Amino acid sequence: MKWIAIRMLTGDRVKFAGLVFGVVFSTLLITQQLTIFVNLLLRGAAAVHEVPSADIWVMDPAGRTPDVTVPLPATSLQRVRGVAGVAWAAPLMRAGASVRTPDGALEPVTVVGVDDATLTGLPRTVQLGRRAALREPDAVFIDAMGARRLFGTERGALDQRLELNDRRAVVRGIVDSEPTFTNSVMLYTRYANALEFLPGSRNRLSFILVQAQAGANPFAVARQITAATGLRARVAGDFAQDGIDYIIDNTGIPINFGITVALGVIVGIAIVGLTFSLFIRDNIRQFGALKAIGVTNGTIRQMVAAQSALVALIGYGLGLALAIGFLELGRIYSDAFKGFYTPWQIPLIAAVMVACMILLTGLIALRQVLRTEPAEVFR
Amino acid sequence: MSPQLAVRVSGVTKDFAFGEERLRVLHGIDVSVRAGELTYLVGESGSGKTTLISIMAGILFPSAGAVEVFGTDLYTLSDRDLVRFRLATIGFIFQQYNLIPSLTAAENAAVPLIAAGTPREVAVAQARELLHRLNIGTQCDKLPRQLSGGQQQRVAIGRALIHAPRLVVCDEPTAALDAGSGRRVMDLLRDVALAADRAVIVVTHDNRIFDLADRILAMEDGRITHDGKHMPKDH
Repeated sequence: MKWIAIRMLTGDRVKFAGLVFGVVFSTLLITQQLTIFVNLLLRGAAAVHEVPSADIWVMDPAGRTPDVTVPLPATSLQRVRGVAGVAWAAPLMRAGASVRTPDGALEPVTVVGVDDATLTGLPRTVQLGRRAALREPDAVFIDAMGARRLFGTERGALDQRLELNDRRAVVRGIVDSEPTFTNSVMLYTRYANALEFLPGSRNRLSFILVQAQAGANPFAVARQITAATGLRARVAGDFAQDGIDYIIDNTGIPINFGITVALGVIVGIAIVGLTFSLFIRDNIRQFGALKAIGVTNGTIRQMVAAQSALVALIGYGLGLALAIGFLELGRIYSDAFKGFYTPWQIPLIAAVMVACMILLTGLIALRQVLRTEPAEVFR
Repeated sequence: MSPQLAVRVSGVTKDFAFGEERLRVLHGIDVSVRAGELTYLVGESGSGKTTLISIMAGILFPSAGAVEVFGTDLYTLSDRDLVRFRLATIGFIFQQYNLIPSLTAAENAAVPLIAAGTPREVAVAQARELLHRLNIGTQCDKLPRQLSGGQQQRVAIGRALIHAPRLVVCDEPTAALDAGSGRRVMDLLRDVALAADRAVIVVTHDNRIFDLADRILAMEDGRITHDGKHMPKDH
């Protein structure tokens, strides 16, 4: 009888298409919006993920995230290096600045000053140029997206001069950096250069990157650093989470995305529910005839379940494919989607939501059928 | 019970509730339908004939009374057993045919067999054979919308007979057909549905086919007012 149910459903092509469209729409909206939401949140942790060698990030006690910093005195670096369990400690500066673009406009950038000796803090992948070129005078590396934004192409950015806070900087390399939440152009330079590019108060050290000695527990070392220096020390994973939590707590993004996802579910329920009801109403005499002939309510339930399952499977599959296609196109044609991916949990969440939606609308439709008395087909 | 008795209705009443009011549409009906006969149930609209045939076919519970079909007291059965009984014993032909629009003629005719658990291919093959016997073998693969009214009614007859039910109940089977088609449908029903151990009950007010009945039960205001081979002239 499930076969008959499927034929009844697919035979009414307009309603079948309407039902599938409702599920596709919901799946697409849920998957696409949750994917963007999650990836935006993960950008709050991008700076931490970019330096995987650092077990611990040390900052001023008022520091909160890689983007919300309070400068430290330079002496803090030596104090941290003196704490037991610290294998090495390197300075890292992150600060905002402005560069004048080739067409004369001012572009906000984030300047990252990395350790002069080890270049700790520089992204792992240098796409163009030599890593050692960062040691040249006035050298900066620019992220690939920033290179395209300022110079049109990545290769076109190499050896170009920039006016950075009234000082000359020369682009010596292009790096593949993880996009940040603000998606600003990233300029990497040695810490000593950064001090020149970003004149200011005495304290300009943003973070101290620490690697714990082999065998040492990073959490214990972080506690020891705090105890010995009074500075805030966060294990990398926790600090990455701090960046994500900051976005959740201080922006309207979760609410906005939540509303969009909720709308996707509500509109999906409305479309699917209404179309399913119309389909059942149009076929109510056929269902009544089946009940009169001797089809049990249990079989009727299985028939409606088969119809619901087919709509859910096709709609979910198409919706998921569209969402992934949308993301792939976005990654190809827009830097805004750089690094975006769909965690496996999101299709699972979408599947659960679609299942709930189909269950709800299927139950409403089923109620109509079960309430139909077989004798009604004689009236 | 005699094997010749297909249906025995004893003291059946039926009330419908309309808000706080109750309307009695059947008043203690006592009637028997014999096997091997084509029995008509006739009367004006609202006379109670559709209600009575629904109760006889086990799809509407009476307010009081009992109905036996080939010796089985229908309304003492559990819901599940009653549904099974209908599937095994009763065939239905509806005025509006109620064919499934997206199934072919053969597939529509095969529905009761499929519902009873027969594999689809076997059921459809049997339905094709039956539709050949009903002279619409060439239309087996057509959808209902591609068939004329008479052809759709034959498919509906095929669906009613495919599982060889002992009782066939028909609701206005000729109402949507012209006189010639209506008579051909009734001749067909007599040929393929009637046997010594089988009965056909037809609800109709189509006087063009009254002469084809073996027995006519006329109803008026929820009571049987005539029982005979022919309709009385004043009816």
